[in-house]
Amino acid sequence: MSVLRDIVTATAVVAGAFFFMAGTVGLLRFPDPLTRLHALTKADSLGLGLIVLGLLPRATGLLAALKLILVWLLVQLAGATVAQLIAREARRGMPST
Amino acid sequence: MNMAFAFDCGLAVVVTGVAGWIVLTRATFGAVAGFVGFGLLLTLAWVRLAAIDVALTEAAIGSLAGALMLSATARLRPREPTTAVGPGPMSRVVAALLSAVIAAALAAAVLSLPDPAPTLTPAAAEHAAATGLGNPVTNVLMAFRAMDTLLEKVVLLLALVGVWSLAPDRFWGGRPSLLRRVEPGGTLDFLARLLPPVGIVAGIYVLWEGANHPGGAFQGGTILASMWLLVLMAGIAEAPAVGSRRLRLTLIAGPSVFFAVGLGGLFLGDAFLAYPEAVAKPVILVIEFAMTLTVTVTLALFLAGPPTREPFP
Repeated sequence: MSVLRDIVTATAVVAGAFFFMAGTVGLLRFPDPLTRLHALTKADSLGLGLIVLGLLPRATGLLAALKLILVWLLVQLAGATVAQLIAREARRGMPST
Repeated sequence: MNMAFAFDCGLAVVVTGVAGWIVLTRATFGAVAGFVGFGLLLTLAWVRLAAIDVALTEAAIGSLAGALMLSATARLRPREPTTAVGPGPMSRVVAALLSAVIAAALAAAVLSLPDPAPTLTPAAAEHAAATGLGNPVTNVLMAFRAMDTLLEKVVLLLALVGVWSLAPDRFWGGRPSLLRRVEPGGTLDFLARLLPPVGIVAGIYVLWEGANHPGGAFQGGTILASMWLLVLMAGIAEAPAVGSRRLRLTLIAGPSVFFAVGLGGLFLGDAFLAYPEAVAKPVILVIEFAMTLTVTVTLALFLAGPPTREPFP
């Protein structure tokens, strides 16, 4: 049981870290603000989701697990909204296509 | 070498590296962005040192300072010189020498510290039961070193007076403006209606938990302040006029309650800020609640800046 739990945790956290890494590479390499935002927010939402998923089996109780999920949801909400706001500001400075 | 030690070493290297980069980089915006990241890394370092209270405070102050510096950067940008005007070779040498001497003196001071370091921890832990609080950090802040905390809050007020004093005469007593180009029903509007109920509960939770776990008036107040700022920035509510009596009373609520309790201790108890042991916990909670109110309003008004609109007649 505990081995299975460790495997779930390790797989999910490593996968999450991979998405964070991919998002960071995108942030550094993509050519303009909109694509950079795209890389960052998509990868971060998924990456954090996977890390929370990996940590859930290790939570000390139901309340701690719910808090972890709440953190993930709040980051999702903030990330998505801020990405929209930044993108809107960035588009102001661009030629309309 | 175990994993935790490797992680700590990596963290130390990254923190130092980012600090060096902030100092060396030329662009103001880049330095501020680096500083925000530095604050988050420092938060992580405090967590690793098991100082969760300090970590929470660093996260709160770091993001607040970051936001303040970003707005200052935006204000300074038009006046920033395009070509760097550096100091001459002579002053460079003098500055380098001075820095080296200070670094050497600091290193010597650190190396000559007594080992083990003198500590008040046993004394603080021994009397922890006197206040009825479970969080030793809150014990120190609110009881053993209450005077420092009181003065700290007064400093916050003085800083706010400093911000307000930047207002031109005709705007004195008016409202600061945080209004952006916000479309009703837009993204910011949506967030400012969805998030505050959650954030207000979280802020009060952090304040309440401060009695027994990491947290407290400052950390809770910062969360509440950011919720209020969100509402102000979305244009759902107006920033208060700085001349408003109600606002002024809120601003002095925390320090006044603290001071009144202190004077009560002087006349009824043994000394200034001496709490009667039987009701120490309720008294501390009352002070904490009043302080949270003041901290929330003060921090939000820091970011709102000096008044920019004339007071209504």
